Amino acid sequence: MARLDETAADRRNGPFMRQSQSSAETQIANATLARKMRRRGEESRFWWLVPTIYIIFLMLPIYWLVNMSFKTNQEILGAFSPWPKNPTIANYMVIFTDPSWYKGYINSIIYVVMNTVISVAVALPAAYAFSRYRFLGDKHLFFWLLTNRMAPPAVFALPFFQLYSAFGLIDTHIAVALAHCLFNVPLAVWILEGFMSGVPKEIDETAYIDGYSFPRFFVKIFMPLIASGIGVAAFFTFMFSWVELLLARTLTTTDAKPIAAVMTRTVSAAGMDWGVLAAAGVLTIIPGALVIWFVRNYIAKGFALGRV
Amino acid sequence: MEKTWNNKAWFLVLPVLVLVAFSAVIPLMTVVNYSVQDTFGNNVFFWAGTEWFEELLSSDRFWQAMVRNLVFSFIILAIEIPLGIFIALNMPKKGWGVPVCLVLMALPLLIPWNVVGTIWQVFGRVDIGLLGYSLRSLGFDYNYVNDPYDAWVTVILMDIWHWTSLVVLLCYAGLVSIPDAYYQAAKIDGASRWAIFRYIQLPKMQRVLLIAVLLRFMDSFMIYTEPFVVTGGGPGNSTTFLSIDLVKIAIGQFDLGPAAAMSIVYFLIVLMMSWVFYTVMTNYDSGV
Repeated sequence: MARLDETAADRRNGPFMRQSQSSAETQIANATLARKMRRRGEESRFWWLVPTIYIIFLMLPIYWLVNMSFKTNQEILGAFSPWPKNPTIANYMVIFTDPSWYKGYINSIIYVVMNTVISVAVALPAAYAFSRYRFLGDKHLFFWLLTNRMAPPAVFALPFFQLYSAFGLIDTHIAVALAHCLFNVPLAVWILEGFMSGVPKEIDETAYIDGYSFPRFFVKIFMPLIASGIGVAAFFTFMFSWVELLLARTLTTTDAKPIAAVMTRTVSAAGMDWGVLAAAGVLTIIPGALVIWFVRNYIAKGFALGRV
Repeated sequence: MEKTWNNKAWFLVLPVLVLVAFSAVIPLMTVVNYSVQDTFGNNVFFWAGTEWFEELLSSDRFWQAMVRNLVFSFIILAIEIPLGIFIALNMPKKGWGVPVCLVLMALPLLIPWNVVGTIWQVFGRVDIGLLGYSLRSLGFDYNYVNDPYDAWVTVILMDIWHWTSLVVLLCYAGLVSIPDAYYQAAKIDGASRWAIFRYIQLPKMQRVLLIAVLLRFMDSFMIYTEPFVVTGGGPGNSTTFLSIDLVKIAIGQFDLGPAAAMSIVYFLIVLMMSWVFYTVMTNYDSGV
């Protein structure tokens, strides 16, 4: 916001500013002046309007879902009301007491965590190789990895089903975790490579001279240096595995069925149990919101690398 | 950074290679295999040559889905990119507002895609949804279930809701990385708000904007879950995009040959776009 205010102040004070550009001191004085004016908040009274309107636009559909989750079906289908008249947690109780519902959450979390661990673990050495060495076919390999991030999951749904059937992996958590590696491993390599390239090479060389072996150097010295990068990579692999449905649904039937797929099934089968559906939806938003809160300071950094 | 030539680095890449090969190359070969064969069940296959490809490229259904998908991609790009820039320019740069804005704006990105679909399916319903009900009360003849035009509006609005935040976050990251010195120089020159945007902020955001455009284009080009949940591809075929059509053929009708041929054409298009993306990105990295 600061800069926008300064620019707003500039427009007004333009000619004045131009006259007083004679020395560095006056510039600094002007900057201080502008900052003081901004603090008074005269020109920045409406800056919050745009983000606020946008956030309201984002929150309305979510609010509506939360609102519905606290209503009974009669109330949802009955008179239209913008908030629950008789708030009830019955819908949430259905989910927490019925195994076919809450197991969906457990399944989702199991394969998402598995996928995050696998993706980051294999991506770490590969990203190191890409950031430090040139080797035969390195650029082609990097591009090939990238294409997998761009591949439409719809293309892979059917062959995945057949491949994992052949290995007897259908309806297991590891099948979904491996399938999601298709787009998450390239992503993790890409993000980590960006962070690793920011670490000067001299650190590696010094460590080797000091007698560190490669694995020991990597774990003891290098990984703490790129800890935030690992956090960002883990966040994005978590996110993309959590939101993906097509592959997860194709590869599971009952034992490993993700919550998102449980929801679609219930919509069509059990008639329209809107209240439970809404409650289930609200509960899928919570893990994402928690994860975002923990990594909020790193998100902008990850995006700044532009490697999402 | 100067990189050392060392072919032993292959050992470090090996785990990734094995893993991604398992989940990318083998399935892709299966698809290639099916695309040139025909079957009447019982796992008996016949050589079909390029038959499926000819059929696909001459079918109206494929081209209609393609055109729909391209139109959809261009509409959402035309709205999300300028809107994202505009919101990013108005975001707070420091203080308590930053984490609040970031977290709230990133929220739609972390909602499972079919829940996004469910949210909008409910939100748009004329009997129980806030949007549908309000539009009806205001006198609009809105019904996304029956009217193709309303279905499109709903799907586009949903995509804007879902993904504009990505553009905002990318642009915001680009904006906060601009050093203060640039603004001070602009102040000395008495630059207008527009001039600052046009000659400082826009060029500095060029890289992230490029990423935003390409990511949004590619992701919208393979959109499946959200419109599928909201409209199921209907009414009629009006919101049947490429992925929805492909899954209909592959899983719904189990037509392996045509589905495989379509997968390959689809994948090649995406591959071409990835190549453009990669080339532009690497040139940009080395050029600046």
